[in-house]
Amino acid sequence: MANREDIMAKVSGLIGPFNNKGVALSADTTFQGDLEWDSLTVMDFVAAVEDEFDIIITMNMQAEIESVGQLADAVAKLMEN
Amino acid sequence: MTDLLSKFDPLIKERETLLATGVRDPFSLVMDEVLSPTVAICDGKETILLGTYNYMGMTFDDDVREAGIKALEEFGSGTTGSRVLNGTYAGHRDCEEALKEFYAMDHAMVFSTGYQANLGIISTLAGKGDYVILDIDSHASIYDGCAMGNAEIVAFRHNDIEALEKRLKRLPAEAGKLVVLEGVYSMLGDVAPLKEMVRICKENGAMVLVDEAHSMGFIGENGRGVCEAQGVIDDVDFIIGTFSKSVGTVGGFCVSNHPKFEILRLVCRPYVFTASLPPSVMATASTSIRKLMHSGNKRAHLWENSKKLHQGLRDLGFTLGTPEAQSAIIAVIMPDLEKGAMMWQALLAEGLYVNLARPPATPANMTLLRCSLCAEHSSEQVDQILGMFEAAGKAVGAI
Repeated sequence: MANREDIMAKVSGLIGPFNNKGVALSADTTFQGDLEWDSLTVMDFVAAVEDEFDIIITMNMQAEIESVGQLADAVAKLMEN
Repeated sequence: MTDLLSKFDPLIKERETLLATGVRDPFSLVMDEVLSPTVAICDGKETILLGTYNYMGMTFDDDVREAGIKALEEFGSGTTGSRVLNGTYAGHRDCEEALKEFYAMDHAMVFSTGYQANLGIISTLAGKGDYVILDIDSHASIYDGCAMGNAEIVAFRHNDIEALEKRLKRLPAEAGKLVVLEGVYSMLGDVAPLKEMVRICKENGAMVLVDEAHSMGFIGENGRGVCEAQGVIDDVDFIIGTFSKSVGTVGGFCVSNHPKFEILRLVCRPYVFTASLPPSVMATASTSIRKLMHSGNKRAHLWENSKKLHQGLRDLGFTLGTPEAQSAIIAVIMPDLEKGAMMWQALLAEGLYVNLARPPATPANMTLLRCSLCAEHSSEQVDQILGMFEAAGKAVGAI
């Protein structure tokens, strides 16, 4: 079972290729506001996260996730189920 | 007071900036007269229409118009009622019979528009705890059908067979699943790999809905769409379509062989809580659908037109949405909205109307000049069109 630090590290690694602006990442970094991702980038990133952790993040859940920390929490919860 | 319209300020500003460059508003064109399925008068100028969905050119068909006039005279201008109350006339039933004949399927349900058909069927089929799995480039009506329902929504990368399979395998085996696909995706005119996708859906216990709006009447031996062309129509649970494209009028439908299909008439809100289509529309639709069953020659000519335009535009040096003509939609990719609007205006000045498509309707923030061909375009018209693209493209520096 992966702990939250592991998940955060993996998520940060997955953000890397999409982090064109070189934004410094923390749990509070937001995808739309800080990283300024468009919907296409979001989809590619979500697909990468889903494949890494072998989970599904539905669009309903994505609507609730704004920051890197929230994403890590959601991944942790999905992996428990 | 908060002005609720202030959220649209960025879009208002973008429009103002675009119009300030001197281009005319691409979203407010008026057709003053329509001479045929392929020619109209716009601003007093005769214009070839290459941006309609009149694929099979049925809008001016003599039998279609005659049937509409007869129904208008005999049944009046409208039904003023819901399909489940006073809004089902003989013509509505006959139109559903025509659809059953066309698709060789057991059930057909006619909606007031294609948009409402997707809205109604998707939101009704997939309820709380169920999953809708859709292609990320799905039409707005599919997304709106998801938003209206209570299901969990899962998107996968456009036309990516492996991405679809992975997601299906990760979902709970016992959960209800509806995979929504389109035969032809309307922005780039590309076709879905339905053969593989439908097989994967079946292997993973999902029901499949295919929207064949842009392929009906044209693709497949009998014009039943991409499912027919790829040999999987018998494995598809629901087909959604529209009358506003090849059929040449307005309306939407769902056909299916599901034995319990008829119950949807009582539980599908966009079917129940709206007025049914006017009898004249039903008569034109039925007549057109039955004629489309026997339009093999027109289908062949439309393929010729599509292939010729695709090759010609490529030879001129334009960048297109597909490597070869996959449907009657040929999308020319423009570098940005401003260049796209300039090219659109230059084409109009040459006497050619195409669709200017921009985000959010387009994938990957693309600006497109979308050309859709008609079976009634003559080969000479396609030559003329290519000449206009060459002149306009050189005038604005697009080629």
